[in-house]
Order: sequence, then structure tokens, then C-alpha cells
Amino acid sequence: MNTDKLIIGGHEFDSRFILGSGKYSLDLIEAAVKNAGAQIITLALRRANQGGQANILDYIPEGVTLLPNTSGARNAQEAVRIARLSRELGCGDFVKIEIMRDTKYLLPDNEETVKATEILAKEGFVVMPYMYPDLNTARDLYNAGAATVMPLAAPIGTNKGLCTKEFIQILIDEIDLPVIVDAGIGKPSQACEAMEMGAAAVMANTAIATAGNIPEMAEAFKLAIEAGRKAYLAGLGRVMHKGAAASSPLTGFLRD
Amino acid sequence: MSDQKINESIVTDEIREHMKENRIDHMTYLPDMEIIDSDIQDRVLSAMHAYDPESYTAADVRRALDHERISVEDFKALLSPAAQPFLEEIAAKARAEKQRYFGNSIYMMTPLYISNYCENYCIYCGFNCHNKIDRAKLDEESIERELKAIAKTGLEEILILTGESRKMSDVEYIGNAVKLARKYFRVIGLEIYPVNTEEYRYLHECGADYVTVFQETYNSAKYETLHLAGHKRIFPYRLNAQERALRGGMRGVTFAALLGLDDFRKDAFATGIHGYYLQQKYPAAEIGFSCPRLRPIINNDKINPMDVHETQLLQVVCAYRLLLPSAQIIVSSRECERVRNNLMNICATKVSAGVDTGIGRHSQENIQEEKQGDEQFEIDDRRDYREMYDAIEKMGLQPVMSDYIYV
Repeated sequence: MNTDKLIIGGHEFDSRFILGSGKYSLDLIEAAVKNAGAQIITLALRRANQGGQANILDYIPEGVTLLPNTSGARNAQEAVRIARLSRELGCGDFVKIEIMRDTKYLLPDNEETVKATEILAKEGFVVMPYMYPDLNTARDLYNAGAATVMPLAAPIGTNKGLCTKEFIQILIDEIDLPVIVDAGIGKPSQACEAMEMGAAAVMANTAIATAGNIPEMAEAFKLAIEAGRKAYLAGLGRVMHKGAAASSPLTGFLRD
Repeated sequence: MSDQKINESIVTDEIREHMKENRIDHMTYLPDMEIIDSDIQDRVLSAMHAYDPESYTAADVRRALDHERISVEDFKALLSPAAQPFLEEIAAKARAEKQRYFGNSIYMMTPLYISNYCENYCIYCGFNCHNKIDRAKLDEESIERELKAIAKTGLEEILILTGESRKMSDVEYIGNAVKLARKYFRVIGLEIYPVNTEEYRYLHECGADYVTVFQETYNSAKYETLHLAGHKRIFPYRLNAQERALRGGMRGVTFAALLGLDDFRKDAFATGIHGYYLQQKYPAAEIGFSCPRLRPIINNDKINPMDVHETQLLQVVCAYRLLLPSAQIIVSSRECERVRNNLMNICATKVSAGVDTGIGRHSQENIQEEKQGDEQFEIDDRRDYREMYDAIEKMGLQPVMSDYIYV
């Protein structure tokens, strides 16, 4: 039995892979979820059809937790409104806060994100804020009642991997919340590396949605995330750096 | 095409006579036009005047293609004649950028023309006030019929258009149309005559969030010879419309030059950097580009886009995509099915379907009651909603009705 659970806001998950849904053809979502073994899938509320045809919700397999996001929000106020609407529409209590006021790089606005987190956490939402990996903001988010923090690895869609590695490591070391690496993960090896660092989970969308074979890439990510997690739990062995261990110890002269 | 030369396919004998008459200064604002404090126009125009497409070489294009992010200088190279031999590579890069930002998504919408009365005399446009066409303006009941008929197809985004006549279709009339549209559609755009900031704010409060304004050409000297009368003649008021719209609270603005009116490379360059500069100044603004080429109109079936062939059109659209990868790029139904399909596959992100540029032609009741008016230009791609939806899916892309929430 798997005892290594991912716990978010009191909810337990076996999978540590969160799948984004925004860039797929709908008929591939189901295969991606299945092959990735994902139990959480994000959904842009602005993309969820309220009636009409080709409703994205119809393509998400049962038993998967929906993580509606507030993309499209430009400030805390808009994010709060979208989150409340999401709850009214029956999308549950989970919400991923995404606040961007730059359409070019789509970088999150940390300050507004803290404000929205505080309001929504008080209203009983399980708040998962997407953020730029800044320790001070992460502490503010913790104090505001966030259930996780979701730092970006690289700008959304760039598939560049762990550009912000050092800063994410600081969050992992200092913040007593699951740190979920979000945005910019381009290949399974990068997801694996994030997990080895101690990330609680990884989220990906573009890397899978734009792969040659979507179901196979989804599975590759699943395996990489599991491998990374296992390595983290096993405790990484000592990695020798060149010249790091001198054959004659520098301290060998000490007598007392 | 030089500053002086005009696309001869546009000019008829009647127009030639009108061109001899005195005209008001096209650079002086009329009394009711708001002047905003902004340097955008100066920056766009001085950059355009400094741009010499002929001065770029294959090496410049190569360098641009090797860059991960395209600079304004790279954009100039990509629009130059030197870039044409690289078109396959440019298209591949544009496609990768589109996928990065939009994945498989292709957005669908349709325009709804509610009035074709126009006070302008734009010599290439079918709605111009001297063109003898059937004019019509839909009343609220007829507008609602059209909205219902369109909504029934499954579309969730609509672009409301009018001819440019404040007298016949004032801001309140347009605002009421927007309010009606909100009952049936999630995304509402406007393509109307430019208005002042507070009027944009009012229309935004009615429920519109996107504004499209075609500058037609950024060459003010050429603009003057093409827009002989009417409010539209005032070049700077039109050029600053997008900025006023953003200040009025609109979420997004779309830019376009009508390719074929002037030197298309310089016009495309100015269009691109106009969007680029405004995005820098208003980082939350959603930028869109439309890429129309000249088309035949009623009473002049000879109009053509001159030197802007399919190759050049593709070059322009790819250059827009690479300059602003997150921009929405719309391909008009002026283009044929083959061209539109391929542009969607490479670099465009939005298409119209079920298009009729005439008035009152979507609902059977309006057609029966003969509430129709003539069209603005001839369209080529006549696919309806279903045909377009299926075509998008067949290409392995995902038709998206709305990616937007009104907050």
C-alpha cells in the first residue's frame, strides 16, 4: 500500500502529477489523464463551457479532482470573482490562483496573488497559488492560508525547465507547505529533477499537449515523477564534485 | 508602391472627379474628438518612416531566425524582401510559437453587421457614402433575432459591426446592441467608428471587451488620398483609438492595415509595432492583429491587393506571430478556404465562420421581412459554423468557442 501521499488542504492523493488541460484537443485529454495517472487536472474556468457543445468537463474522467484556475484575472478582485463563480458552477472548493497583468510573458503578480489567497482561504477554498518563486511572498501566502505554493520553473509554455531552481529549492527548504513546481517544465527529466529536489508535485501542460505522441509523453512524465520522488525519499547519494575531496586532507596537519 | 501612387484598381471615374475637390486637413482633430496625451503615434510613425525594407539582407533574416525572442529589428528583417526565401523556416518558427502559447486552440467567432449607413468616403470600401447600395439599420427586435439565430449555431463570440455613421448608429444604439448580445454571447467585440475614452468606457460597461480598429494605412499622405470625407478622414483620431479603448477599460484591442492600399511591408511593420508599443505601455492589454487584403466591392469588382500575394500575406502573418507570440491573429473570410486552413495551421488563432457582411441576413424573419442591407465587401470563404468546426477538428486542432470570462 502506498503510504507516501500528497496531502493538499486535507485531501489525499497518490499521484504527484498535476495535468494542465488548456492546450489539448479535447479527445486527447482523457488519454493524457489516464496515461499520466493524474488525479488532479487544472481547468481554466473561462474555458469551461456552460452548456453548449464540446464541453471540456465531459472529457475529464470521473474520480479526477478538478482544479479550476482563475486565468484571465488581472487583479485580486477578478480572481476572487472567478473563484466564486467556479464554486457556484459546482467545480468544487479547489482553486488555483493565476493573476497576470502582462499578456506577453504571463508572469504571475505575486502581490495580488497574496491578496486573493487571503480572501479565498477565509471563504473555505483550498487555495493553490501560482507564483514567482520569492521567499517573502511564499511566507505571506502561507500566512494568508494557502494550501500549497506553486512556483514557476520558467515562463509558461517555454519548456525551459528549472530556470528558477535555486529559488524553488529555498521554498522547499523553508516553507511548510507542499511546493508544486508549475510552468516551464519541458521534459520528463526536468520533472524528475524537480522531484529529486523535494518538490511535492509537478504540473505540466504544454510539454505534453505539444508532444508528438500525447499519451506516451503523459506516461513518460508519470514515470519520471515517480522516479524523482523515489530518489528524494531514498536520499540522494553523495555527488562528488571534481577536486572536492583532496587525497591529502587540508586539515591533516592538525595535532590537537 | 510609392507614397504618391495609388492602387489603380480602386479608382473609378467618379472617384477621380471627387479627388479634385477641396478636402479638410486630415491631421487636424474635429471639435468633438478627444485628444489624448500620448507619444504612441509619434513613435509608430517615426519608426515606420525610418524602416527601409530593402536595406535588410539574408544575414539579417538568418540572425532574426536564430534569436529566441524577436526584437523590433528582427521584425523588420522578417518583413523585408530578403526574408522571402526563408519563408518555410519562418513558418515553422511561427507555428512553434503559436503552439507554445495557444496549443491546439483555434477560436471561432462571427461578425454581426447591424447597420451599413456610413458618413465616410473611403474609396475602396463598399459601405462608403457615395456608393449606391441598399442601406439598412436593424432595430432592437431585428438585432435580437440575428443574435438568437447566430447563438443557435453554438458560437459564443460575436463581433458587432456598424458602418461609420454616428448619426445613424449612435453610441447608445450600439450600447443597446451590446446589452442584447450579452444575453446570448460570452465574448463581445466591437468594430465601429472610433469614439472617445468615456464612450469606450460606456460600451465596456454595456458588456463589450474588445475593440477592433483598422487603420487601413499608416502612411498619412496616402491615407489622405483614400479617405476623402467624413470623420474617418482624421488620421490621428483613428490611430489613437486603441489607446482610448484601453483607457476606457477594454481588455483587448485589435490592429490592422488593409494590405494592398500602400507599401504593405511598411504598413505591416507599423501595425505590428503599434500593437507592440501599446502592449508595453499597457501590459495587461490583449493584443490582436487582423490581416485583411483588399477585396472587390459592389460597383467595383476590379479591386485587388496588388503586390500582396499569398506568399506575402503569409510572410506578414508569420512576422506578427513572431513579434508578439501571445497575440490573437484573425484571418478574414476575405481569404479562401485553402489559405485560411493553412494560416490556422501555421500562425493564425482565430477565424470567423458563417460570415455575411450584409445587414439582417442571419435570421429567417429578418430575411422574410426584407430588413437587409448590402454587404461591405465580397467574402471568399463561405463556410458555416459546422463546416468550419469540422475543418478545424480535421486538421487536428481544437475549436474553442470562448476562452474568456467577463469579470
